[in-house]
Amino acid sequence: MGRKLLLEHINVPGIESYDVYRKNGGYRAVEKALKSMSPQNVVEEVQASGLRGRGGAGFPTGMKWSFLAKPEGVPRYLLCNADESEPGTFKDRYLMEHIPHLLVEGMIVSSYALGCNQSYIYIRGEYMWVLEIVEKAIAEAYANGWLGKNILGSGYDLDLAIAPGGGAYICGEETALIESLEGKRGNPRIKPPFPAVKGLWGCPTVVNNVESIAAVVPIVNDGGAEYAKIGIGKSTGTKLISACGNLVKPGVYEIELGMSVEEFIYSDEWCGGIANGKKLKACVPGGSSVPILPANLVTKTAEGTDRLMSYEGLSEGGFATGSMLGSGGFIVFDEDQCIVRNTWNFSRFYAHESCGQCSPCREGTGWMEKVLHRLEYGHGNMRDIDLLEEINKKIEGNTICPLGDAAAWPVAAAIRHFREEFEWHVTHPDEAQKRNFGIASNHIPLV
Amino acid sequence: MSTEVTNPQFSPEKMAEVQRVISLFPEGKQKSALLRILHIAEEEFGGWLSVPTMNYVAEILGIQPVEVYEVATFYTMFNIEKPGKVVLEVCRTGPCMLVGSDNIIDYIQQKLNIEVGGTSADGIFTLKTAECLGACGYGPMLQCGKHYHEHLTPEKVDALLESLRNEHTTSSN
Ligand SMILES: Cc1cc2nc3c(=O)[nH]c(=O)nc-3n(C[C@H](O)[C@H](O)[C@H](O)COP(=O)(O)O)c2cc1C
Ligand code: SF4
Ligand code: FES
Repeated sequence: MGRKLLLEHINVPGIESYDVYRKNGGYRAVEKALKSMSPQNVVEEVQASGLRGRGGAGFPTGMKWSFLAKPEGVPRYLLCNADESEPGTFKDRYLMEHIPHLLVEGMIVSSYALGCNQSYIYIRGEYMWVLEIVEKAIAEAYANGWLGKNILGSGYDLDLAIAPGGGAYICGEETALIESLEGKRGNPRIKPPFPAVKGLWGCPTVVNNVESIAAVVPIVNDGGAEYAKIGIGKSTGTKLISACGNLVKPGVYEIELGMSVEEFIYSDEWCGGIANGKKLKACVPGGSSVPILPANLVTKTAEGTDRLMSYEGLSEGGFATGSMLGSGGFIVFDEDQCIVRNTWNFSRFYAHESCGQCSPCREGTGWMEKVLHRLEYGHGNMRDIDLLEEINKKIEGNTICPLGDAAAWPVAAAIRHFREEFEWHVTHPDEAQKRNFGIASNHIPLV
Repeated sequence: MSTEVTNPQFSPEKMAEVQRVISLFPEGKQKSALLRILHIAEEEFGGWLSVPTMNYVAEILGIQPVEVYEVATFYTMFNIEKPGKVVLEVCRTGPCMLVGSDNIIDYIQQKLNIEVGGTSADGIFTLKTAECLGACGYGPMLQCGKHYHEHLTPEKVDALLESLRNEHTTSSN
């Protein structure tokens, strides 16, 4: 099954409690860091590990940390992004619900590395019960001397707290998250200035995903070089994949980066294949914002090599025939699913979640949703398909935050790979209401 | 915005909780506690944020009422209209749709004889849809208060509606 660094103890009864977590080696990373490492040493280990941000963009964590401005006398902040709202993604919830102390421990070590004395976890408001679990873990960490003043006699002080959102996907974007944590509407800020210079309350700030922060614990325990041995190329370590859709065994899995997509989908040790004995039609491998892949490009690349579960593996072929690892939200479609309906569904999501600040995003997402709706419901025409591509171009690159692109690119990918299915909705409006196009067209491999 | 809830006041215990939440932030940054306090206020004052409730929260935090209204209207979790006693929010996003959320939404609409957005004749249930709630591998699913109900089937929906109805008709208003 591969090595487990984050979920190694997930099945130990009571692992959510402090005592059991500690007995299973918990808080060793804090001991090691505070007693035998300088903050800079911790940053160096994270750099050596090759860890890349697990929130979606895959930016190297060690490099991000090295950019944090450190003006004298100004506090700096570490914020953990637990907003987790990208459709298909439910791994952070799993980690926080089942092994909350891993996140708390990661926050302590990471805050020490960055020289932060006050850190926050920002969690989506719908996860209120998870907030309570994490808040209990934080209280236990205080009670056992891992948080507060002069931790382990090292002279290092840290306060850690958790704060909820109120239901808004956009608050997962780091500057919107900061606005929200300041008690405001979640409108993304124009960058620059970047949070590393001007973030929470105008102070230098690092924002990292839950899983990125948790991964710092094994990196400190075993050393960055050891972590970097796992994985493939620039995709080091393990990754949580939240698998959903039409699978025999949907759920959260920790994989070693670089395993094959084929094995992940079909092996009984992992997802166990497509549910109900059906065939694979398509896959969105990294959350709703990444391009969809038709069946023939899911397990193989356009060159015919095995497609791998890694940053490079999933993006192989670029926009034409690849996708992205993204957040690890792995969505699988069986032969009965309608691509037009799903594309419309996702565009409705983005139209609903646009904060409305920039007109290309506000207008464009709403317009795409309308056009896709009429195609899905049999009122569209051929020009609508081109119209979608034009709207895409108007949004792309013309917005304050990447939500606009996140909305546009999946539509472009769906049309690129499933144009016949869109056209069939126009030419067979009545039939499209009653049955699904199927996967026939995808038996012909792309050249 | 209706103004039905008049003169809201937190109980001493809730007030202590509110003060604890405020103390998680540095001096002068108490506005950061706003979202959490709005969640608490909604739970305390009838499941929604009336104007007096929002004004009360503004007063506690020492900010302008408009700063509270802005936030309450931006985030989808806050109700600025009085809903039924029980709000059911069914996830309608792609991954849940792949495993049958459309059918679950239809089924609940029929059972309660309402459309999405409506409240049942007995005033108990309000049906809403929600975007991805982070339970995509366990769909179809719905959220009701702090609870997630996952792997929904018509039978499970029946049982859930039944138990919620009993809970909310036996307890008086
Ligand atoms: C619209 C939008 C939504 C996002 N949602 C999330 C999210 O829910 N969780 C997350 O960790 N990152 C999310 N991100 C990415 C964050 O902006 C940020 O890059 C990330 O938290 C950095 O952490 P990492 O480097 O550890 O991945 C989102 C970005 C955008 C543009
Ligand atoms: S791109 Fe969309 S979500 Fe992002 S700031 Fe502009 S309007 Fe808001
Ligand atoms: S799509 Fe329904 S919980 Fe994610």
